[in-house]
Amino acid sequence: MKYLAFAAGVLTATAAWAEKPVLTIYTYDSFVADWGPGPQIEAAFEATCDCDLQFVAAGDGAALLARVKLEGARTDADIVLGLDTNLTAAAVETGLFAPHSVTADYDLPVAWDDATFVPYDWGYFAFVHNAELAAPANFRALAESDLKIVIQDPRSSTPGLGLLMWVKTAYGDEAPAIWEGLADNIVTVTKGWSEAYGLFLDGEADMVLSYTTSPAYHLIAEDDATRAAAAFDEGHYLQIEVAGKLAGTDQPELADRFLAFMVTEAFQSVIPTTNWMYPAVTPESGLPAGFETLTVPERALLVPPAQASEVRDAALAEWLAALSR
Amino acid sequence: MAGRAQPVSPAAGLAAAALVAAVILGPVAAVLWRAEGGRGLGPADWAAIRFSVTQAVLSATLSVALAIPVARALARRGFPGRAVLVTLLGAPFILPVIVAVFGLLAVFGRSGWISDAASLVGLPPLQIYGLHGVVLAHVFFNLPLATRLILQGWRDIPAEHFRLAAQLGFGPRDSTRWLERPMLARLVPGIWAVVFAICLTSFAVALTLGGGPRATTVELAIYQAFLFDFDLGRAALLALIQIALAGSAAALALWLSPGEGSGGGLDRMTRRWDTGGPGLALWDGALIALTALFLLLPLAAIVADGLGGLTRLPPQVWEASLRSVLVALASTALMLVLALPMALAVASGRRLAGDGAGILGLAASPLVIGTGFFILLNPWISPASLALPVTALVNVLMALPFALRILIPAARDTAQGYGRLGLSLDMRPRDWLARVVLPRMRVRLGFAAGLTAALSMGDLGVIALFADAEAATLPLQMYRLMGSYQTEAAAGAALLLLALSLGLFWVFDAVGRRGAEA
Repeated sequence: MKYLAFAAGVLTATAAWAEKPVLTIYTYDSFVADWGPGPQIEAAFEATCDCDLQFVAAGDGAALLARVKLEGARTDADIVLGLDTNLTAAAVETGLFAPHSVTADYDLPVAWDDATFVPYDWGYFAFVHNAELAAPANFRALAESDLKIVIQDPRSSTPGLGLLMWVKTAYGDEAPAIWEGLADNIVTVTKGWSEAYGLFLDGEADMVLSYTTSPAYHLIAEDDATRAAAAFDEGHYLQIEVAGKLAGTDQPELADRFLAFMVTEAFQSVIPTTNWMYPAVTPESGLPAGFETLTVPERALLVPPAQASEVRDAALAEWLAALSR
Repeated sequence: MAGRAQPVSPAAGLAAAALVAAVILGPVAAVLWRAEGGRGLGPADWAAIRFSVTQAVLSATLSVALAIPVARALARRGFPGRAVLVTLLGAPFILPVIVAVFGLLAVFGRSGWISDAASLVGLPPLQIYGLHGVVLAHVFFNLPLATRLILQGWRDIPAEHFRLAAQLGFGPRDSTRWLERPMLARLVPGIWAVVFAICLTSFAVALTLGGGPRATTVELAIYQAFLFDFDLGRAALLALIQIALAGSAAALALWLSPGEGSGGGLDRMTRRWDTGGPGLALWDGALIALTALFLLLPLAAIVADGLGGLTRLPPQVWEASLRSVLVALASTALMLVLALPMALAVASGRRLAGDGAGILGLAASPLVIGTGFFILLNPWISPASLALPVTALVNVLMALPFALRILIPAARDTAQGYGRLGLSLDMRPRDWLARVVLPRMRVRLGFAAGLTAALSMGDLGVIALFADAEAATLPLQMYRLMGSYQTEAAAGAALLLLALSLGLFWVFDAVGRRGAEA
């Protein structure tokens, strides 16, 4: 009898759920954290869609794509949010993603015409340091200095991979020489961004690979103006974060609505002070106070998505060879 | 096998061992089955294997070699605070690696306490990053555990042996030869193999303190194969190599260590007469003090760092703490159900089954196991809904080798000392377990349960692969805080984690020891 009652309870609960369509979005961990953008965006979208929006944390960057590949066409995900342009070509190749029909007036440093993915935020990679430090103006000056840096491993971390692409796009065939010059500046290489940033805050290094927007967190959330990002004259590599709809989604219309919602004010205004990145479409009210103090690079560097995986493999081999000596 | 060794059959233990092997190898097989093509192992993978083995051999050898004199000193000296120190020996081991690394760096880092002190007299900062840093961190993790396990060996030497030794006029050197060396020969190879297996699978520690891609371990190569190249075949192959390496270490240990026990006694309190002169007392004191400093300074750094953040913890961290405690308790219960029969089976002479299956859990790559479970579960049920049970299960697999190292010596002594008596009395298995085995193994069970609970509490492990937004554990929440610039709150969460882990460890350990010798 008890079991019957339990079964009945489960069935009723399921029926109640079934009334509202569920939109499942796979994303990375810090997006869904309670202090990340996830909760606010969920509330804002659910207020308009009469649906249940569920975020699933499925690892960052490459892990997110690996998860979708593992699940293949059976995946529960309707949308994947959190890939970047280094991964989009590989994602399209899986054939699991469907084209979108979103148009927006993007405030990106590059033109955007990807048929499959919609950008929601972006940032420049940069070395963050204490404001009083006389920061070098480029990789060569950094390599010649005695400054100590912490970076992330490109094999396990998105910023780590970004740095690899940065040096490769800025220096091409000279990249191995740059890495050999940097070898004695690198204190250590960490698994992810968190470890590296923590080491920097603990004083283990003079600079850490992060984003030009990192000082905004310290300024806005901690009222601490002592961090800055070094401007490099060879330009800064871009990270553009995107979302895409899965071809096998059982909620195609809802997914389309979410992608369209993503470039609106309600989504974009949450991004700067929760994800600490630039919104893909600047909100009408502008960027939060404090963002105007950030370093703005003169040149944006980006490998076209189609060539990303080729450049990546070559650059990784060079990086390993230069730093394994 | 000449007849039975005790009134319970080893069947349950063998079944538990088979289950453990299936749960570990099944997911690896699933990953292999799902793999398509792949390019096999390249030179970089072999370099990773070489580095992993080198640092693991160094770390395990150093940890165990240092643990022996420290355990000996602790075994023959009594001093105020000894019980607390013995409990704290468990602390480094149960910390999430990243917390421990930050603790270590606060002491040994470029801007750590030692470097700061050195700069006062004009010396350059300490250079911690490199192979020596990796080994230092692994010794920090494993020296205390090895010490605690070896200390158990001293406790297992019956008090009567020391009494007899005193009557025969044994000095410290004679005790070493006749009492301690045979005990160490039984224990040390197995402990070495367990520490080797842990260090072999190290990833974040090796990379962070190793200073760069030279310090690439097999686990990082697995990450690269899986995430960077999506080459499941290579990931599974590397996982199997890792298991084979740890398995060989375990087999070597089995082959090197004789299987008999310490012999029976009357369970009197051990009193020691072979404590030597003041010189030896000074040596022991210095050893204990140095070990305590090496362990406690990084812990003190974690506490000092975290106090400020405790007030800034978001409410979700408290919910996550509750979830983590429940997972830890579930892991502990499941560990006891598996480990006790396995230990009894080993005591009945089935050494390979118990010990061999036990060590697999340490050598298994969390990424491959997690992915394998994912592939197995995904067609039937949403893996995210099973995130917590799978986490508990994987924690059990990790804790099992330690639990077995703790339980096997006592199970063996019980079987050898009382097994024939039990058989001749025709005791029912239930009475044998309730009246002989459990009372005699209570202290060990408490220690093993405490270690499992604490280990499970601090493990980030597979939860990161599975978790949905709502089911985060405390280590995962701590990591999320770190990943969103909230360093201070993350340090607070780390302190909370340390306190909860040690608290759980202490409760189980104390319940086991109540009324027994500390």
